[in-house]
Amino acid sequence: MTDYSDLKFTAQHEWVRFEPAADGAAPTATIGITSYAADKLGDVVYVDLPDAGTVIADGAIVGEIESTKSVGELFAPVDGTVVEKNPAVEDAPELVNSDPFGEGWLIRVEFTALPELLDYAAYQALLGDEESAH
Amino acid sequence: MTAGPLFSPLHDEHVAAGASFTDFAGWQMPVRYSSDLTEHHAVRTAAGLFDLSHMAEILVSGIDAPRFLDYALAGKISATKLGQAKYSLLLTEQGGIVDDLVVYRTGDERFLVVANAGNHEAAVAALSERATGFDVDVRDVSDETALIAVQGPLSRGIVEAVLDVEPLHALRYYWSVEAHFGGHPVLVARTGYTGEDGFELYIAPNAAPELWAALVDAGESSGMVAAGLASRDTLRLEAGMPLYGHELGLETRPADAGLGRVPNFTKGEFVGRTALESTPEPGAGAGTTASRVLVGLIAEGKRAARAGYELFESDAASTPIGVVTSGILSPTLGVPIAMAYVDPAFAGVDTPLSIDIRGKRLAYRVTEIPFYSRKRDLS
Repeated sequence: MTDYSDLKFTAQHEWVRFEPAADGAAPTATIGITSYAADKLGDVVYVDLPDAGTVIADGAIVGEIESTKSVGELFAPVDGTVVEKNPAVEDAPELVNSDPFGEGWLIRVEFTALPELLDYAAYQALLGDEESAH
Repeated sequence: MTAGPLFSPLHDEHVAAGASFTDFAGWQMPVRYSSDLTEHHAVRTAAGLFDLSHMAEILVSGIDAPRFLDYALAGKISATKLGQAKYSLLLTEQGGIVDDLVVYRTGDERFLVVANAGNHEAAVAALSERATGFDVDVRDVSDETALIAVQGPLSRGIVEAVLDVEPLHALRYYWSVEAHFGGHPVLVARTGYTGEDGFELYIAPNAAPELWAALVDAGESSGMVAAGLASRDTLRLEAGMPLYGHELGLETRPADAGLGRVPNFTKGEFVGRTALESTPEPGAGAGTTASRVLVGLIAEGKRAARAGYELFESDAASTPIGVVTSGILSPTLGVPIAMAYVDPAFAGVDTPLSIDIRGKRLAYRVTEIPFYSRKRDLS
């Protein structure tokens, strides 16, 4: 089971997990899309992720997640620099569907600034609003 | 249109099966049950079960019915035999396409016309209007008709197990036969929109849930799964079948879309004939649009071009020479495929073209349609 308590969320359905930093190292965050977003997209067949070293800014489009039917954009949820993209998900994009909060993570970022993010309860409330709007 | 969404008579079955829904022409229809790709592959290798109850059915009957349909539609419907199905087009006076549809001859003077859900009202209106002066009854029976499709190489055994029907091995592609299910009449047609062998079953809505459940039971051991509209779209695109609103429209003429053989000029007057005869070459268009013809495109890699993306002669060129109408990463072939309208000068097979995919150019080349053909061993 995913422990959602250590995750933060965006209104664009990304999740962010803050990783403990070793002494002296900059703090990093792992980023992916939520199971809700993955379900809405359908079967993910291709991901286009930013390379290590790419500087990203909160709210900018930094990647694409394509399903059989549509294209989803990955918005940077933080300011920072990409330190790693998930090679497993590039080879097997279906991980985004099968394990969105785990093996299906997308990028790891050394962050310099953090915007306001939602906690799990607030994100769940947002999903409730989205569903009832349909 | 009525306010609020329309629901299939099978809606409760879809909810119980955990389907995700999408709006399609005002209908809440299953887009997928679990996975588009699983559903797609099941149809290619075993069988898939589709609810197509949103489609429009129009009953045309009367002594003039054959002659009327010859006038109202592009094909020679009067030449069909009892039980035969025929793909045809409903054209405008300008030769544009109001709808593409399938006509089933269910009697000497009786035909079932099946139209797209999105063109339900346009098709009923056009047929009703064109009926003036003919001794014919045009009746919209969509509310009295549910449609379930079983598609895939194992579909025949599943349908035979459930229906009270003659053995179906002798039923040819694009033919239909009367059958029964629990005392309810069923029109069984060997037709479909997936590129596989398969059957479409027309039945009264009140009997549809029971038929659906019986098919689910009968298909389980064969690996049949319920399949949604997402897989229907990827299946039809691999099979090179046009979709109204994408490859076909009021500004499209049959020859532009590779359907130049659908209109039959050996019969008498029909709506659109004069316009088609005055400029018969493909790519003329039905309106003011530039000359264009439909082609298939294929690429390497995994990035799919989508509807609306522009095509160029080369990566360096900045003047578009065409536009994508449908595009996917083909689940069966594993590479991107698309259909597009292009300037006829660029329509030759193997012509290299460049597509702008959200700011990045990707190399495609023109290829034959269909992209995928099943092995034809109907038995």
